[in-house]
Amino acid sequence: MARESDYGVNDLGLKIATVNGTGSASANGLLLQALFRMGIPVSGKNVFPSNIQGLPTWYEIRVNKDGYTARSPDFQLIIAMNPESYARDIEEVVSGGWILYDNTRELDDEFRRDDVTFLGIPLADMCVEHFQGSRIRILMKNITYVGALVALLDIDMDVVKGMLQEKFASKQHLMDANFAAIEVGYTYALEHFDCPLPIRLEAMDKTKDCVMVTGNAAAALGCVYAGATVGAWYPITPATSVMDGFTEYCRRFRVDPDTGKNNFCILQAEDELAAAGMVIGAGWMGARAFSPTAGPGISLMSEFIGLAYYAEVPCVFFNIQRTGPSTGMPTRTQQGDLMLCAYASHGDTKHIVLFPADPKECFEFSIQAFDLAERFQTPTFVVSDLDIGMNDWMIPKLEWDDSFVPDRGKVLAADELEKVENFYRYLDLDGDHITARTLPGVHSKGAYFTRGSGHDKYGRYTEDSDAYVEVMDRLLAKVESAADHVPAPEIFETDGGKSVGVVSVGGCHWAVLEARDALAAEGIEIDYLRIKGFPFSQAVEQFLEDHGTVIVIEQNRDEQLKNLILLETSCAKEKLQSVRYYGGQPLSKGHVIEGVTPFLTREPVEVSQ
Amino acid sequence: MSYIKKPAARHPKLRVNSLGLTVRDYEGSMSTLCAGCGHDSVTAALVQAFFELEVEPHRLAKLSGIGCSSKTPAYFVSEAHGFNSVHGRMPSVAAGANAAHRDLLYVGISGDGDSLSIGLGQFCHAIRRNVNMLYLLENNGVYGLTKGQFSASADIGSTSKGGVANQQGPIDPVNTALSLGATFVARSFSGDKNQLVPILKAGLSHNGFAFVDVISPCVTFNDHQGSTKSYAHTRSHMHEVIETDFVPLKTEITTEYSEGSVQGITMHDGSVVKLHKVADEYDPTERRAVLDYLADVGSRGEIATGLLYLEESGADMHGFENTVDRPLVEIPFADLCPGSKGLEEVQKEWW
Ligand SMILES: Cc1ncc(C[n+]2csc(CCOP(=O)(O)OP(=O)(O)O)c2C)c(N)n1
Ligand code: SF4
Ligand SMILES: [Mg+2]
Repeated sequence: MARESDYGVNDLGLKIATVNGTGSASANGLLLQALFRMGIPVSGKNVFPSNIQGLPTWYEIRVNKDGYTARSPDFQLIIAMNPESYARDIEEVVSGGWILYDNTRELDDEFRRDDVTFLGIPLADMCVEHFQGSRIRILMKNITYVGALVALLDIDMDVVKGMLQEKFASKQHLMDANFAAIEVGYTYALEHFDCPLPIRLEAMDKTKDCVMVTGNAAAALGCVYAGATVGAWYPITPATSVMDGFTEYCRRFRVDPDTGKNNFCILQAEDELAAAGMVIGAGWMGARAFSPTAGPGISLMSEFIGLAYYAEVPCVFFNIQRTGPSTGMPTRTQQGDLMLCAYASHGDTKHIVLFPADPKECFEFSIQAFDLAERFQTPTFVVSDLDIGMNDWMIPKLEWDDSFVPDRGKVLAADELEKVENFYRYLDLDGDHITARTLPGVHSKGAYFTRGSGHDKYGRYTEDSDAYVEVMDRLLAKVESAADHVPAPEIFETDGGKSVGVVSVGGCHWAVLEARDALAAEGIEIDYLRIKGFPFSQAVEQFLEDHGTVIVIEQNRDEQLKNLILLETSCAKEKLQSVRYYGGQPLSKGHVIEGVTPFLTREPVEVSQ
Repeated sequence: MSYIKKPAARHPKLRVNSLGLTVRDYEGSMSTLCAGCGHDSVTAALVQAFFELEVEPHRLAKLSGIGCSSKTPAYFVSEAHGFNSVHGRMPSVAAGANAAHRDLLYVGISGDGDSLSIGLGQFCHAIRRNVNMLYLLENNGVYGLTKGQFSASADIGSTSKGGVANQQGPIDPVNTALSLGATFVARSFSGDKNQLVPILKAGLSHNGFAFVDVISPCVTFNDHQGSTKSYAHTRSHMHEVIETDFVPLKTEITTEYSEGSVQGITMHDGSVVKLHKVADEYDPTERRAVLDYLADVGSRGEIATGLLYLEESGADMHGFENTVDRPLVEIPFADLCPGSKGLEEVQKEWW
């Protein structure tokens, strides 16, 4: 819908509409990175079809001087490169905004709007004139619009050229073509339009301690840093790039220099059942092993997850959530697997779950996940989503403490086994609900039978009620005791505390923060807690207790986080209100404000969305 | 309770191997299977093979799926770690375990339901991956543990205990393994320990996926007349294509073999497998010829047994993956974590 645009320097929503498979990704990446290097806070979101070539695809760039990175559906400028999607793209720009399009073929009158400015550039014609060969012409069309944007938005040309030089250092002909394309677009815009537009950009210094990365790359790097050696997977959007990243970083850091052989083993399994089995097999041997997948994969893995829970085998699963149920919308985001991961598998099970909100936490939580999995000897989930995993995020630079020692949990070495009279796998000797394990190949005294069938605390098969219950009760206590070890919630409290509190999780965070600021500017203050781990800690319980109304904001239809809170805390049902958005786009400020307003005592606040 | 600890009585005259262990030291807890179950005979053959191969118990890893057959890892080598996984999924657990720790000896026990129905996919892919392990399929033509339903290995016309004839064609695991490129394929019979033990020893010495299909009759649900997986039927229809003689590394080869009918194959660990062929033209190293030969034998209603195919030169999973020689679980953390310097380096590309 058309809305009024407020112009401002370094405050811009830009959307590029192209066709899948035409090479626009590198042009869009170039643009994003240029703004980032100009020191301006940016975020980039890829809205892509489940298709390889030919369908419409969009890239959204949000520039925000205040550092808000949540998706904003307000676009002041649309680069409409796909005639197929002209209708919806042109409709989407805010009133007073601009539409850059290729006027090699003039726009039909039906698309015209008189409240926006059309910037026609004969991109195709110019590329035919300047470049030879159809492939290069298609590619350079993208670079040409970047050139035009350099003039229209006042982007630092030196930064753009510097990046092209880095990128094509070894490919002179491509560098020449890219430089030419940038010039062509730039010159045309300067000659034909009033440059820069009021939505221009200006260098800042807000990104110098930051990096730009996807959550999946960061999670993959986390696995390398955690010391994971076995990765098993079956390709699935949006989790595939976790294993792509792990492969890349392993090739870089984990190839033995003397032999050229790998200090890692990546198994592309026949399906997710097998991937789970491999991870559990490796965990049984004492390796740190993981599998990245999405909801459909977790569904398939569920039988094995229950085995790992009951037999107490450490293993780590990444669920990069996408829109369900079933195949759902594979290239859209959601938080629809919260319940699935918390209780995956039949029978009584409960799992440790970590919820990163950005790539920085993807890195940190993946390392913590391995520590928790081994300490508590249980499946541990890192539940991210497509938006965090596949989109470009600006995050503070990651740090590493070289004195880090992984927590391998209670594992008896050969000399320790030598000293014990008898080893019993599931006997809790020190009352912390965690029992020592042994690894195959170490000592015959440590041998035991790992099984998913009923067993007593000695590790023996049993069908005896009391012996079974005793183990099951310890397992519950064990996983619950992890509540103090999962990342603590992040709490934003206003002086004195407010009666209304908001609870949210994962990638909702950025929209909630932005909405909270906007509400505060209107004089409405709310407290906010972001859950980072499950089981819930005492701090979560306390926040729920301290607030008369608690609004749970999440991205699924069935109020999964709210229901998890009801199940797992003593919070009264009447206290909890729910705000849900589950249409598949990342959450934005508007969703939050619109959602929470009915529960606030003050007058509702007008917001655009 | 189906866990019964065996009395530790030991015969003073029992033979001792070079590790100072007797055959009894390779036993496990008392079997809870039906008396006469073929699976128990396979267990006994395994115990014998481990004893004779002088396997260090703690260097052995035993895995299985679910079924009567899959219970058997509890009944041998109690001083080895065991993993009774989920129905049909043992191959993936074995692959992951082996990926992490390549130096252990892996034995997987499965059933015809476990490997050919629910687990057919994992079975096939373990072969393709050439996971270094001995894989035993204790084949009785039925789902024993769920009380006698036909399995995917039941022959057409074979009758159930209630007299119903099976109509669907069987999946022949030997054929399947051969056509998928398995590097060690054998078939034997639980009632023929003399044949089975050397095959098991050869399989344990093989570098790669050693597949042994063992006809292992279910006395409770599939040993009646009309069944093609009964003791009587198997005994009378067995056709030993090849006789296996396993010569361990340490043993000097003293036996003389008549040329032509005997083929010697040196295994990865230096031991030698001598194959005595029934027919001179049979070549256990020619996959296509083996498939043809087996088809002939099968068309006569006979069951070809022996170490049917062997290829010792192929790469196993670690060869495909180019994994380091030392087990991944033994690599110190310092060699795995790129540290702050590495992080700095990576992040330069994120700018
Ligand atoms: C997912 C799942 N489905 C069904 C079962 C029930 N079940 C247990 S054993 C078995 C069949 C075992 O047959 P087979 O592998 O031939 O072993 P046998 O008992 O004949 O040795 C079945 C269907 C199960 N354990 N798990
Ligand atoms: S039911 Fe059949 S397979 Fe199972 S233990 Fe008894 S005889 Fe063996
Ligand atoms: Mg069976």
